[in-house]
Amino acid sequence: MHELAICQSLLAQVENVARENDADRVSVITIELGPLSGVVPVLLKRTFGVARRGTLAENAELVVEETQPRIRCRSCGKEATVPENRLLCPDCGDYHVTLTGGDELILKTVTLHATEPPETETGSMASLAKEY
Amino acid sequence: MCDTCGCSITDGNRAQAHAIHAPSGADTIEVLESLLAHNDHQASHNREHFDNHGVIALNLMSSPGAGKTTLLESTIEALGGKRRIAVIEGDLETENDAARIRRCGVPAVQITTGTACHLDAHLVHDAVHELDLDELDIVFIENVGNLVCPASFDLGQHLNVTLLSTTEGDDKPAKYPVMFRGADMVLLTKTDLLEALKDDFRPENAERAVRALGNEAPILRLSPRQPHTLEPWLDWILESHARQRGAPVSRAV
Repeated sequence: MHELAICQSLLAQVENVARENDADRVSVITIELGPLSGVVPVLLKRTFGVARRGTLAENAELVVEETQPRIRCRSCGKEATVPENRLLCPDCGDYHVTLTGGDELILKTVTLHATEPPETETGSMASLAKEY
Repeated sequence: MCDTCGCSITDGNRAQAHAIHAPSGADTIEVLESLLAHNDHQASHNREHFDNHGVIALNLMSSPGAGKTTLLESTIEALGGKRRIAVIEGDLETENDAARIRRCGVPAVQITTGTACHLDAHLVHDAVHELDLDELDIVFIENVGNLVCPASFDLGQHLNVTLLSTTEGDDKPAKYPVMFRGADMVLLTKTDLLEALKDDFRPENAERAVRALGNEAPILRLSPRQPHTLEPWLDWILESHARQRGAPVSRAV
């Protein structure tokens, strides 16, 4: 159960992105997650619900885009989506394969909001702030 | 916070800092960065440290009780006169394993993770600074006994060694694909028990399960109780160290 450590790392990254963009609220976080990253989506989401408290992402939604393991066979060139514990070429059965997907653990996007515009700036954040 | 196993954040991974580029006028920012970027950065730094001293770092992982510490004791006994060895020990609690290693006559740094179920690059960095790398050839990092969490964290090692003991199931590689896929060496340990275990553990099944993960790593069968079975493992360590001395290469993260 290392999802808490991953979650803390995620939240720190998200808060940095928010601060660098003068935002003080995060509404959506999108991550890409493959089963071969070793992180379990349902555990990560559950942990996120607790870990986000007191952060700029306190009310944020965590969107997890799950990927599938994909391999390219180095013997016959076949590309295929395969189960995570059977990374073999489905055509020729060879185990000399290259993983081309399924181990992702990536912060993709963060949706930011500013409740008050920065005093010296106008523009996108200021207009966004009018919504609140 | 985690009531299941007490897994927790470690001292090292709290402060994070990353540069991002925001498309102006947009409220959704594209980041595209590993969730473990901070750990990975520290791991690269650790690996550079090892490289600069011609030291090879081997990360030993397995279930609790698969025989990591016993294997290290036998390995140190066999190689102690030929190479200068140190061990970084990761455990939830106690200095017991480090004490066992020190009795073999080599330095050992114990990391007690408290409630964390894995080592991370920051914990290892602190431990590395307690070692004199100028006086070493090989650093073994004995990870916390756990086939799940340690697989996700780069520590700055050069090679991963995963142990599977014959008293566990021979289908474990299929159950823990992340761990066994990442192994550069798989050791089937306690093979002196194979005769008694009969069909409960068939080494060829375990080997097939490792290959089914697309892993081409060598798989050795050994038992410290039968010292001659250790020879291919000892040769592999010496060859790996010789390669490291010849051309230190840092893996890009």
